[in-house]
Amino acid sequence: MSAKRKGQYAGKVKKASQMLFYKRHVKPGVKGWELHKALGNDYPKVLDVLDDYLKPLDMQVKVVFEEEKQPEKPTIEELDKARFFVTLRNVATKDKLMGWRVDDLAGLAIAISYIVSNKGQVARKDVEKLLGEKIPNWKVGLNLDRYVRYGYLIQDDKGQLCLDWRTRAEVDQKKLIELLLSFDTEADASEMVESN
Amino acid sequence: MRVDLQEKKLGKERLERIIEICVAIENHQVDPFALNVDDIISVVRQYFPHWDQPDELKLDAEALHHLASVIQLQSEWVKQRSTSLYTDPFLLEEKIRHTSKQGMIKVFASAWSPLVESELLSLPAIMQGLLYWDGLVPLGDRWKNVDVSIVETSSVSKADMVKARVLSDKEFGEELECFWQELKLGVNEKCLDGKIAYWDFVGAESYEETVHRAFLTAFLVTYGYATLEIDRLEETVDIIPFEVARFEPLSVQSVSVPIAVSVEDWQKWKEGKQL
Repeated sequence: MSAKRKGQYAGKVKKASQMLFYKRHVKPGVKGWELHKALGNDYPKVLDVLDDYLKPLDMQVKVVFEEEKQPEKPTIEELDKARFFVTLRNVATKDKLMGWRVDDLAGLAIAISYIVSNKGQVARKDVEKLLGEKIPNWKVGLNLDRYVRYGYLIQDDKGQLCLDWRTRAEVDQKKLIELLLSFDTEADASEMVESN
Repeated sequence: MRVDLQEKKLGKERLERIIEICVAIENHQVDPFALNVDDIISVVRQYFPHWDQPDELKLDAEALHHLASVIQLQSEWVKQRSTSLYTDPFLLEEKIRHTSKQGMIKVFASAWSPLVESELLSLPAIMQGLLYWDGLVPLGDRWKNVDVSIVETSSVSKADMVKARVLSDKEFGEELECFWQELKLGVNEKCLDGKIAYWDFVGAESYEETVHRAFLTAFLVTYGYATLEIDRLEETVDIIPFEVARFEPLSVQSVSVPIAVSVEDWQKWKEGKQL
């Protein structure tokens, strides 16, 4: 996009960044229709410009559609129903915990990858059993409730856990599974021995 | 003739068994591929010429409907396995078991992009808050004491209570009994097959009366004076009165049947009646 065009969008970009960065509702992010109302019909373009600005800061504008599957060429109606967020592009190793406790984040990683591998749905007791192998039992239930509360997981009335909006916004599921499968567990084990 | 009846009985049992298995598969209790669809279709086809009664044909249709759901589940399973996201859960479970917490975090952090969100007060927001506070009426003024005047207690007659529509002029049991008699009489007079359409019985001149009749009908069914016959395909509900009240429904686990009695439904029924 040319510098002139970026200039035209400057005011709208400023407004969009305020809307996306600052908490407006209990649930983070902004609905497409809110951006549509505040920024006009060309709000997807405004968000593209904002995304360009955010790139050097290692941040990005992320969209989560209502449907689990992301449409290839989303229509304006689909975008209006979607939720927009600003997320980090990459988490540097030194900041990888992002304020989380190591047990809690590892538990979340395990729960998400296990659910993804089980067609997106798994019984809570199976996840509890898996987490119980490495996390104290009293903490497993509390942690799962927390993941549900934060919007990473959702539990139905039959006790089945599925992935919720936050996982769709924050986690690249395909990449997670690929990385996990290619992870060298033997090297990891020896590293752990050395560090101990 | 007897052989045909036996064949029918056997066929019904087999269809019911098929439906049972299909429902278990739909509820994710059984693997969808545990069912051989070709075998099931041949069973359904084998018994189809024997069916001539509506309930038999309904059972046949139900079996096919559940079978279609199982085929859909099988198709979803194949689709999921063929996507790049599919990984053998067992393999992944093993990998998770053998990876340390630090290792899991290392992997997760590479695929994780947490939300960025801030909470911040601005000067205009503080000003807005102060202005709101200034304009806010004190609680004492907003929650003024409700003026309740003291009145003398006195007695009231049943006739006055009936007039005020607090009480009915009949005991509830008595009213229900009369209503049951009305249902039986209505069925005997108007219907030859021992049942009456729900709306034809419940519907009345005013909407309030209709709701009252629907309320009493619910008690007739709950207390075992009548039962409902619901045809989900035709979307009809009929009431069948019992000659003698049956009290089993109160002792066995029953099923609630919600029937909406909205103003729109009542108006539709009334217009249909006038035509």
